[in-house]
Formats: sequence, structure tokens, C-alpha cells
Amino acid sequence: MIFGVDFASMLLGGVAAGMVLFIVSVGLSVTMGLMGFVNLAHGGFAMLGGYAIALAMKHWGFSFVTALVFGFVLTAAVSAVLERALYARLYGADELDQVLFTIGLVFMMIASVTLLVGPENQPLTLPPFLRGQINLGIIQYRAYSVALIAIGIVIVSVLWLGFERTRLGAQIRAAVDNRRMAESLGINIARLFTITFAFGSGMAALGGGLGAEFLGLDPQYALKYLVYFLIVVAVGGLGRVSGVFWAALLIGVLDFALKKYVPQGGTAFIYALSILLLLWRPQGLFGARSA
Amino acid sequence: MIKRIIAIAAAALALGLTSAHAQEVKVGVALPYTGIGAEFAQLVDRGMELYLKLNPDKVKPYKLTLIRRDVKDPSGANAKIAVQELLTQDNVDVLAGWIYSPNAIASAPIVTAGKKLAVIMNAGTAHITNLSPYYVRTSISMWHAGYALGEAAAKILNAKTAVVGYTDFPPGKDSLAAFKRSFEANGGKVIDEIPMGGAGAVPDFTPFFQRAKDKKPDLFFVFVPAGDHAAAVVKTYAALGMREAGIKLIGPGDITQDTKLQAMGAAAVGLITMHHYHADLDNPENKRFVEAWKKEYGANTTPDFMAVGGYDGMAAIVHIAQALKGKIEVDAALEALKGWKFASPRGPIMIDPVTRDIVMNEYLSEAVMKDGRVFQKVIGKIDGVKDACKEQKIGPCASK
Repeated sequence: MIFGVDFASMLLGGVAAGMVLFIVSVGLSVTMGLMGFVNLAHGGFAMLGGYAIALAMKHWGFSFVTALVFGFVLTAAVSAVLERALYARLYGADELDQVLFTIGLVFMMIASVTLLVGPENQPLTLPPFLRGQINLGIIQYRAYSVALIAIGIVIVSVLWLGFERTRLGAQIRAAVDNRRMAESLGINIARLFTITFAFGSGMAALGGGLGAEFLGLDPQYALKYLVYFLIVVAVGGLGRVSGVFWAALLIGVLDFALKKYVPQGGTAFIYALSILLLLWRPQGLFGARSA
Repeated sequence: MIKRIIAIAAAALALGLTSAHAQEVKVGVALPYTGIGAEFAQLVDRGMELYLKLNPDKVKPYKLTLIRRDVKDPSGANAKIAVQELLTQDNVDVLAGWIYSPNAIASAPIVTAGKKLAVIMNAGTAHITNLSPYYVRTSISMWHAGYALGEAAAKILNAKTAVVGYTDFPPGKDSLAAFKRSFEANGGKVIDEIPMGGAGAVPDFTPFFQRAKDKKPDLFFVFVPAGDHAAAVVKTYAALGMREAGIKLIGPGDITQDTKLQAMGAAAVGLITMHHYHADLDNPENKRFVEAWKKEYGANTTPDFMAVGGYDGMAAIVHIAQALKGKIEVDAALEALKGWKFASPRGPIMIDPVTRDIVMNEYLSEAVMKDGRVFQKVIGKIDGVKDACKEQKIGPCASK
């Protein structure tokens, strides 16, 4: 029984952490798979979105849910403008140019937020019903973690349906698999790029806001969790919603368990594991073997 | 013609430099102005500035010029470069700053080679002052609070068992060692020690806290760097229901840093800390300090222990500028600082003539709600606390 409780708490904590990773990383995976564009500024969009959400709640009295919607829309809009004005110019460029550009963009985001808002952490106050503990029958657990798991499941279901069952989803899948073929079939790739990019950034913003309870929110956010997001995408494979989902859960739970049971080395294990995994399957655990 | 202009300009410049030199004291400040420590750098920097602004009569006739260099991160490498540049390019008279211990540890050989007085305004790993004969510290040693709290935990809080969670870098290990030594000397037992990630980024504390909760101790002693780490600690403690499980959260005052305390809100109530300063301390110097701070930097801002480290450090630098009549020579400066006493916002302080570390009061405080804000109520006080690590010559504190 004690072991069961212990195990359940580990699983809940890990899955909740994995959900945050999933929500932030899914956009990164899709845009990378779709455009072959290494967007290192993705964490920056999560940070900007988190700020929009936290500041809207603090200064304009938005409720948590309204603020999340606001953060999503605002970040999606900003990123669509950036995509058209800047990213689009580099789609044909070298990967090195893309990396240099996006990393430069991250630094500009960090500097701008530090200048405009300040270097300090932005507290994000959860509504009372998400604070404290909730009784799950066998254990009491952090209410917010449970809520996050529920939100994550809803999001992944909606995304999966959207990907598998809508015309737009089919177009995106087609473009991920074979861009030239999709283009010759008359799919407007440029428009598709903008929509997915904006949507992916909006998701990142949502993740920034939802994850702030665990990951905090400060200008450095844009860089400090980037490694985790990239690991999730690398393990999950490019352009695969379900792949990213399982990878995020796997990494969330493994990371949590290792930190809990072997804290002496737990923070480093996850990197070692990722290296081994990628040596074994370079295309990612859930990625399709590319031709 | 041009040659003559250059010659005149050079002469004028040389004149200007020499005349300025008699009056001007150049203070090289090494702080992490950007990156994760930016907020701390701002606090220490404002503390230094505020001392100069509040005490123009004490500074006269000297002019203290701050030359700031960004050390960026807690890695040590960048701090070393910054300190070297301050010494070789800016020719500063005194060095100051150091938020992070790894930076102070890495800078020590440069400070020694540069033969300039270096005032540590935050970094708290106990043995740092042994690493260079020119280090003087106006902040803390981790042992000040950690050691005092170990005794208080056993005697005042009547705890039998404790779990220690710490950020895995030098001051964290120091804090663990200090607490454990005095807690166990007074009959307590540390039943688990949990390293909780590094200082460079705030981890998700949930797995570590879950582990601590499963061990069911009387107390959970936590050392993490102040700031965002601390805010996350208090949040996680509340969210995991550890208080309801009867586990008290205690630690050095980093977990109730004034700048973060009000945002923690009700989650902070009941936290018990041992520290040398918080903005609610009741003494005339502190009243004046807090009032001036709010006037200068905004009613919504507050000084904290880091700001006081900068404030007192600047007071020490002004003291040597006066004592040495503006010509700062390192051995004379050290002599002038040994046994120097000052009425700080944290209460009376002194520089220990033997260790060059600070001697000060430690306050045991409990966070309570008062007039709709979180207030730190002093529930115990120990006068004239020295760094126990060097007093008892423990581990690396024993050398020299």
C-alpha cells in the first residue's frame, strides 16, 4: 500500500510535468517537421506567452482561463507577423543561418523583456480551485497537477482529431511527409506554414502559462528549458503529435522518478539517457524511419 | 600643429588624472547584471548606491566611482575574466560584488595576484575568505544561519528528525554541513539529504519535496539561492500539502527573501527562518534604510539581505577611503577594516580581525499575516555571531 501510494505520487507528478513539456514542445516538433526549420526561439514564444498571461492577470484582472486564451491569441498573432516578416526569408537558407537567426531572436526577446518588465520572476497566482490538495481516493495529491493532466489529455485529443480528421490536418501531414508532392497537388504551403507556426507558438504560450507553476517565469525561461523541449522533440520524432506526446510523458516521468529516487545524479541522468536513445534510434523513438 | 595639440591634450589629461586621483576612489564592481542573477545584482547595486546617496557628508571629500562589469552567470569563468579586466584595464582601487560563491572562489587567485582589497557583498560559502588574504566579507557565511538554526531547531522547535534539501553547489553543501553539525550535536537526527539541482536554473521541486514528504520528518530544512528558487520552494511546499502533513519548513532567510515574500502570500505563513536581516527588523537604522529605499526606488520595492550586503560593503569602502585619505593601499586598508564597527540596518556589525569575515546578530523569525501583508516576526535573537566554520576550523575552513 505504501509502495502503491509512493508509486502513484511519482506517476502523477511525472505525468503532470510531461504534460507541460508536451504542450510547449508540440509546436516545435510540428514546425520542425513541416518546414525543416530549427526554431530555437520556440522557448522564447513560450516565455512571451507566459508573460502575457501573467501580466494580464496581474494588471488587468483577467481570470486564469481568459488570460490563457489571451496569451495564446496574442503570441500566435505576434509569431505570425514574425514568421511572415523574418522567418519566411530563411526557409531556403542553411541550417546554420537558421540557428544563428533564431538564437539571436531569443537573445533579443530576453533583453526586451528584461528591459520592459524587469529581470525578476513573474508570480502567477492560480485560482483557488486549482490550489492545494485534491483527494483521489487512494492518495491526496496536488490539485494543479491533476488539473494539468486533464488539460493535457483534452489538448492531445483535440490535436489528434485535428490532425487526423480535418482537411488542414491532412494537409499538414501531407506536407510533413512530402513537401514537394503536397505543393504540386495545390496545397498552399506558405499559408500552411504561417498557420502552423502561429498555432505552434500559441501552444508554446499556453505551455508557458500552464507550466509557470512548476517552471517559473523569467526572461531566462526562453533558454533554460530549451534543452528539455529539444530532447522531447528529438525523442518523439519530427512532426508527430502522438510521438511528442509519448516522448514528453516518458521524459516527464523518468525525470521525476530519477530525481526523486536518485537525487544525487538525477538531474544528469536524463541527458545520458537521451544520448543513448538517439544513438540507438536517431530518428527518435516514435519518429518514422526516414528514407 | 597636430603634435602640439596632442601634447597639450595629453598633458591636460595627465593633469586631470592625477588631480582626480587624489580625490577619486575607483570601485570595480563584479556582479551578474544580466542572466539569472540580474535581479540580485540590481539589489546589491542599489544598496551600494543608496549608501552613497544617504551619506554624502561621510563620503566627502572623496568621490567614489563605480566601474561595473557583468559576470553573467554562476560559472566562475566569466567572473574571473571580469575581475581581471577591472584590475588590469580599469585600474580600480578596490574590488566589490560577488553574488555567487563559485565566482568568488574562481576569482580568489586573481584578487591575490592583483593585490587589491576585495569586498564580498553576498557570496556565502564559509571558506571563501581563506582563499585570498585580500577578501573581506560584509554579507554572510552560510554557517552563520545554518549553524544557529541547527541548535534552534533542536532546542526551540523541539524537533527530533529533519530532512535537508539543498541546491547542489558550494553554499548549499555548506549550509547542509552547518545545520547537520549543530542539529545533531543537540540531539537531532538528519534522516535524509537531498541535492536539488544546480544554482543555474530553478528546477521543478516536486520530486525532491515528494521524497522529503515520504520520509515524514519533523522539519524540512531547505537551502536554495534566494529569489526564484525560493519562491518555487514555498509554492511547492504549500501545493504538496506538507504543512498539513505536520512537516515544518525552515531554512536560512533566503527562502523568505523580502523581495519575494509578499508574492508568496499566505503560502509563506508559518515559515521559520534564521537570518541576519529582513526588512521588518525593528531598529532606527533599518527604519531609515527602508524608508529611503522606498523613496528612491519606488513604494512597491523593498530592500533585502542582499541590498544590505551592498549597503554595508559600501560603508566599509567609504570607511577605508577616509582612513587612508583616498589612497587605497591594500595592507593599510585591511588594517583599517579589522575590528571596524558599523551600525548597520541589520544591527551592529564588526569585521572579525582574525578571519576578515563579518560578526553580526542572527534573528529567528516566523512569517505571520499582519495588516494584510506577510510580516516577519522576530521570535529569537543571538548577538554577535561569528562564522562557526572558521571558529571551529572545520574542513576547508581550517586552512590558514
